[in-house]
Amino acid sequence: MSDQNRPIVTGNVWSALRRYTDARIGLGRAGISLPTSELLKFQLAHAQARDAVHLPLDVNRLTAELSQLSVGDKPLVPEVIHSQAEDRFTYLQRPDLGRRLAESSRSRLQALSQADDSKSDLAIIIVDGLSSSAVQSNVVPFLEQFLADLEAEPRPWQLAPVTVVQQGRVAIGDEIGGLLKAGMALVLVGERPGLSSPDSLGIYLTFGPESGLTDARRNCISNVRPAGLAFAHASQRLLYLIREADRLKLSGVGLKDRTEEVVIDNSSKHQNFLTD
Amino acid sequence: MNHKYSYMLGQRTWQFRDLADLMAKATPARSGDRLAGVIAESAEERVVAQMRLAELPLRTFLSEALIPYEKDEVTRLILDDHDAVAFQAIAHLTVGDFRNWLLSDHATPEALERLRPGLTPEMVAAVSKLMRNQDLILVSRKCHVHTAFRNTIGLPGHLSTRLQPNHPTDDVAGIAASILDGLLYGSGDAVIGINPATDNVSQAVKLMQLMDEVIRKYDIPTQSCVLTHVTNTLEAIEQGAPVDLVFQSIGGTEATNSSFGFNLANLQEARDAALSLNRGTVGQNVMYFETGQGSSLSADAHHGLDQQTCEARAYAVARKFEPLLVNTVVGFIGPEYLFDGKEIIRAGLEDHFCAKLLGVPMGCDICYTNHAEADQNDMDNLLTLLGVAGCTFIMGIPGSDDIMLNYQTTSFHDALYARRVLGLKPAPEFEAWLERMNIFEDVQTHSPNEALPHAFRGSLKGIAQEVRDE
Repeated sequence: MSDQNRPIVTGNVWSALRRYTDARIGLGRAGISLPTSELLKFQLAHAQARDAVHLPLDVNRLTAELSQLSVGDKPLVPEVIHSQAEDRFTYLQRPDLGRRLAESSRSRLQALSQADDSKSDLAIIIVDGLSSSAVQSNVVPFLEQFLADLEAEPRPWQLAPVTVVQQGRVAIGDEIGGLLKAGMALVLVGERPGLSSPDSLGIYLTFGPESGLTDARRNCISNVRPAGLAFAHASQRLLYLIREADRLKLSGVGLKDRTEEVVIDNSSKHQNFLTD
Repeated sequence: MNHKYSYMLGQRTWQFRDLADLMAKATPARSGDRLAGVIAESAEERVVAQMRLAELPLRTFLSEALIPYEKDEVTRLILDDHDAVAFQAIAHLTVGDFRNWLLSDHATPEALERLRPGLTPEMVAAVSKLMRNQDLILVSRKCHVHTAFRNTIGLPGHLSTRLQPNHPTDDVAGIAASILDGLLYGSGDAVIGINPATDNVSQAVKLMQLMDEVIRKYDIPTQSCVLTHVTNTLEAIEQGAPVDLVFQSIGGTEATNSSFGFNLANLQEARDAALSLNRGTVGQNVMYFETGQGSSLSADAHHGLDQQTCEARAYAVARKFEPLLVNTVVGFIGPEYLFDGKEIIRAGLEDHFCAKLLGVPMGCDICYTNHAEADQNDMDNLLTLLGVAGCTFIMGIPGSDDIMLNYQTTSFHDALYARRVLGLKPAPEFEAWLERMNIFEDVQTHSPNEALPHAFRGSLKGIAQEVRDE
C-alpha cells in the first residue's frame, strides 16, 4: 500500500557530499529508479560523448582557424592526410588500420620531405582520434599558447610541416614523424571520451619517430581541456618533455615527467568523514 | 591439408585446418575474432563449423591441446587437474550430445556439481558455441556456486553487488562519499572494491585501511579489496595491511598472464599469504579475479585461438585458487573486440555460462565504453538476462558513471531494479545488516528508508556544519 502523502521522488539528504566528488551520488529515486531529471542529465552526457566519437572532424573549419596562427612569420597551413581506415565503422573495428597512413598520403609526405631536405626538430601532428570535439575545440587554443612558448625559448626549434590526420590513432604519428625526418613527433589527439569529459585532448611525444614503435617509447600528457589540464600548464609540461627528450635523446619510460606532482592523496584537506 | 576436420554439406566439402580453426569458425560473430583473422568467412561456414563441432567427441579435448602442453602452464593446469572419474558421466558424448544433456533433466544441479572437475574449459567453450542465448541462461541457472568470506555469496535467488567507489585522485572523502551512497542503496555485499588511480603499494595500503575502518566501525558483513597487482597486495600483506581479498586480472594463456606480470606460482603465494591472515568469518575464499574476452589478443598472446575459448581457459586459472568472486569485464575492452550491444550481451552470457559450468562464482561487470555501439538499454537487457541466469554479482557505481575509469557500468539503482523485478536478494548476512541498521525500511520490497539511518547521522552532521561554515 502506498502512502499518498509521500512525495513521488525521494531526495537524498547526503547529496551535499557532492562537494567531495564528481561521482553521481545522492541522485534520489522515483521508487528505486532514477528520477527523470537525473536520467536526462545522463543521456545528455552520453549523447555528447557519442557525438564526439561519430561526428567527423570539420577539417575546413580547423584549417581556417589554424591559418590564423603563424609559424615563424608564415601562416600555419597544414597538410591534410588520411589513415588506411576508410570510415569510422572500419576505424572502430580495426585499430591497426588507423595506425598506418593511406598510400596516397604517404606519397604526399615523401614528396614533401624530398623537396625540402633540411632536418626539423619537431613535427606537430593533429589526429582526430576518438573525439573530434576535443580536436575541434582545443587544438587551436592549445597551439596558440604552445607556439608562443616555443618562440620564447632560448634556442630555436625547427618545425616540420604541420599535418592533420583523419581516422588516425596515436601511433600514426611515428610513421609521419619518420617520413618528415623530424627529430620528435608531437601528436595532438582526441582521447576516448568519458561521460563527463567528451572533449579531452591527449598529447604524445616520441623521440626519433619511426613506424612500429610501442607505447613504451612515448610520453603522454592527458586530459588537456578547459575543465581539465589548462592549456598553459600543458604547454609548460610539454616543453619540459621536449627539452629533456632532446637532452637525453630518448622518450617514453626512460623519460620521467618530474613536473607532475604525484597526487597520492588529499587527506591533508579531506578526511574520511565516515570514521572520523 | 589435414582432413580430420572436414564436413560435407550437399556437394561441397568444407575444410577446417585444425581444432583451433574449427572452434574459431564455429564462434558466433564478433569483431575481435575478425581482428585476429580467425573468424568464419561466411555465415554458412560458421554453421557448418558448428555442425562439425557438434559431431566431435568430448574426449578429443583431452588428447588435442589447443596450446601445446610443453609451452603453456595454463594447458598443463587444465590437463593435469582433469578428473577422469568425474568425466565418466559424459565421456561417451559428442559436443552436440553434451548440449542436449545439459538442457535435459539429467543435468540436475547436483549432477552438474559432480561433473565440474571432469570438465575442461575447451569442452565448455565448444558446447557454448552451439547454444542459443536461452540455452546459456537455462543451464547457468542450474549451476549453483557458493563461496564465503564474511558473508555467503551465490545462493540461489540471490544477486550480490560490488560497491565500486572509484575516484580519479583517490581522494579519501570522495571515496567515502561514494561508499556511503552505495551502502544506503543497499550495495556492497559482494565486496567494496576500489580501482586505485595511483597504483603503488603505499597507496593500496592507505585505501585498504580506509575500507577496513569503515567495515569495522559499522560492523558490515562484507569484505574489501584494492584492485592492484598481485605482487603489490603480497607486499601490503607483508607490511601488515588489512587485506581481505587478493585481486588479479587473469587471462587464459601463460603468455597473457606474463604480459600482466604474474604466473600461477605468484597467485599461489598470494593466496597462502591472505589465508594466513585468517580474516574471513564464515568462509575462506580469499581471491578476486577479473577476466574479459579479448585480453589475450590484445596482449598478442592468443596462439591463434578465438577470444571466447581463450576466455574460458582463464576460468581454469580462477577455479584453481578457489576465489570468492570472479567477474568478466565484458564491454570494457572496446569495439575492436566486442562491437555492439548484441556482441556484448552474447559474450556476457557465454562468459557467465562457461564459468558457472566449471564451478567459478561468476559475476559480470555489465559495461560499455563510449566508442562502442551500445547504450544503457543494452545494459538493461544484459542485466535482466544475467539476473534470470543466476549471475553471482554485478557492479554498483553512483549513477552508472565511473569517473576514474571512464566507462559506464551498472548503478546502485540498477541492482535494486534487478532485485525487484526478479525477486532476488543480497547475501543473507548483508540483508540482515541492512534491516538492523534501518538502511532499508523493507528488505522484502527493497525499499530504502526515507530518513537517514541513525548510525550515519553523526558523520553527516559534520558535513552539514562544514557547508554552513562556508
